[in-house]
Amino acid sequence: MGTETVHALREVSLEIQKGEYVAIMGPSGSGKSTLMNLLGCLDTPSGGSYELNGIRVSQMNDNQLAEIRNREIGFIFQTFNLLPRSDALRNVELPLIYAGVSPAQRRKTALETLASVGLADRVHHKPNELSGGQRQRVAVARALVNRPSILLADEPTGNLDSKTGTEIMGLFENLSNNGNTIIVVTHEEAIARQSRRIIRIRDGLIASDERIR
Amino acid sequence: MNLLTELREGLSISWSAIRANKLRSALTTLGIVIGIVTVTLMGTAISGLNSSFMTSVSSIGADVLFVDRRSWFTKSAQEWIQGQKRPIITLAIAEGLARQLTLASAVAPVADTEADVNYQKRRASSVSIVGTTENYITTMGLTVAAGRFLSAGECNGGRPVCVLGSVAATNLFLEASPLGQKILIDQHPFEVVGVLEKLGGFAGDGGLDSQIMIPIPQYTKNLERNPNYEIQVKVSHLEQIEDAADELRLVMRRLRQLPPGKPDDFAINQQDQFLELFHQLAGTIGMVGIFITGLSLFVGGIGIMNIMFVSVAERTREIGVRKAIGAKRRTILLQFLIEAASICLLGGLIALAIAWPATLLLNKIMPAALSPTIVGIALLVSLVTGVVSGFLPAWRAARMNPVDALRNE
Ligand SMILES: Nc1ncnc2c1ncn2[C@@H]1O[C@H](COP(=O)(O)OP(=O)(O)OP(=O)(O)O)[C@@H](O)[C@H]1O
Ligand SMILES: [Mg+2]
Repeated sequence: MGTETVHALREVSLEIQKGEYVAIMGPSGSGKSTLMNLLGCLDTPSGGSYELNGIRVSQMNDNQLAEIRNREIGFIFQTFNLLPRSDALRNVELPLIYAGVSPAQRRKTALETLASVGLADRVHHKPNELSGGQRQRVAVARALVNRPSILLADEPTGNLDSKTGTEIMGLFENLSNNGNTIIVVTHEEAIARQSRRIIRIRDGLIASDERIR
Repeated sequence: MNLLTELREGLSISWSAIRANKLRSALTTLGIVIGIVTVTLMGTAISGLNSSFMTSVSSIGADVLFVDRRSWFTKSAQEWIQGQKRPIITLAIAEGLARQLTLASAVAPVADTEADVNYQKRRASSVSIVGTTENYITTMGLTVAAGRFLSAGECNGGRPVCVLGSVAATNLFLEASPLGQKILIDQHPFEVVGVLEKLGGFAGDGGLDSQIMIPIPQYTKNLERNPNYEIQVKVSHLEQIEDAADELRLVMRRLRQLPPGKPDDFAINQQDQFLELFHQLAGTIGMVGIFITGLSLFVGGIGIMNIMFVSVAERTREIGVRKAIGAKRRTILLQFLIEAASICLLGGLIALAIAWPATLLLNKIMPAALSPTIVGIALLVSLVTGVVSGFLPAWRAARMNPVDALRNE
């Protein structure tokens, strides 16, 4: 077994303001997902530091990170990652459960959030009874339900056809207009063009960082 | 998230996981079911045996000494034959004891034999007939259900009367009241003056409930001229039982006129000899029982552990998602612990559902009762098995790195 240390990211220095809508682009293996994991507090950097809302996250332990993720981060994955045995409502309730919200309150909030992504009539459907686009909407609702500081989406349209992909991006546009901070990883130039700032990564380094629109 | 919500969430998650894999859960549960059925039946049998023995023994009383020709526990045939050669214990000795013992509260000579008994057309053969005195009710700790016990006057040579054990009464009289009726014991008429309370258990089923008690003068006149008596001596205070036994032995030797150096030609028996033997036996049965149950539970527990490892591996991605969304280590640990415990508790409940009718069946052969304690122990044992065997898999799940878990295909 080789134990070669891979530095997926090096010398990345980055500042993202509240309310920004950022796209991260780069070839496969360039370190985009690694960056997202760090930003999402799923992982801590082996070196360097990361501050979220002025809180130093890079030195936190497992449980503290879990709490930060629950409060501050909303994840949207390429493969949706919904719990297969739970219906849409329960999937969306999950972050509220972990936040300790009372059953009545979390049901209300979850239903409202599902309605806001246009799924008011699908709350009791299990993931396998929903289309890909609908699944990703459930995932968006789940990411939003705790009113996090950042929405992180790693190739959210990667498993969708272009039409549903456009729909999801429309949803993001609305969220951004409502003041949410959004970071999207994507391969597609067209999708990146919908954001306000594009960061390009190559071999673990930031190649460019430009504001558009 | 407080512990209560975590428990509730864990329960609902594990319930849906169990339902999602019905066959697998059923097969896993089977191991636990077998283990718990063994625990329950073993416990039931042992405690049934214990309690019925204890009630019988204590109904007779630990404070009673029994003077017999030979010891209850003869260790060899030779000893038994020797005992047989000893002079019989006579009524005169009983009277001597009653006069001279200072630490005794009651002395009852007891002779017994078997005889046929008739009431009108009904007939019972080989009924145990006990010739005794009014003190018998005290030494044996009996209670009268109807009528009265033999009186002192009757025991000093009065009319032919008798007292029936509860089973003897129902055998002869069915539902009717026996009081004042005449029965024939070995063709001699006796008037029934009382019926005893049912004893049940070893003592009752073993004969006390089906015997008929008559005064000694009637016994010697009609049934056996010169019987060998057993003399029951109830001591005044249980704490003095050792002293009372010593006194009894001295008085017996004096009455028998044994010179110093000559061995006793009688024996003083005591309940606790029985108890000692019984405890030894029960201890052995218990050890074997614990070993067998332990083994089957161990096998069941391994099954649970195995299936929980599979469950954790299968749901690696789910664990990743839950962690990404904010589940802490404790939450994940608890979720899988609850799942393992639920499977085991379910197994425990199924096992009790099986053990309950089994105990009823068992009760036909030997005293057995499914007590709340055993139910509690069975459920506790299944819970502990679940938690113990689920811990390693749950710990592995709790410690997973969310990034790796999410990357899992
Ligand atoms: N757990 C790991 N162990 C070793 N190397 C890793 C690990 N995770 C990522 N890498 C490496 O780090 C680099 C960046 O990976 P990352 O997943 O961030 O790429 P990416 O930009 O998201 O690619 P893609 O567009 O294909 O998703 C890759 O070279 C990858 O092989
Ligand atoms: Mg990636």
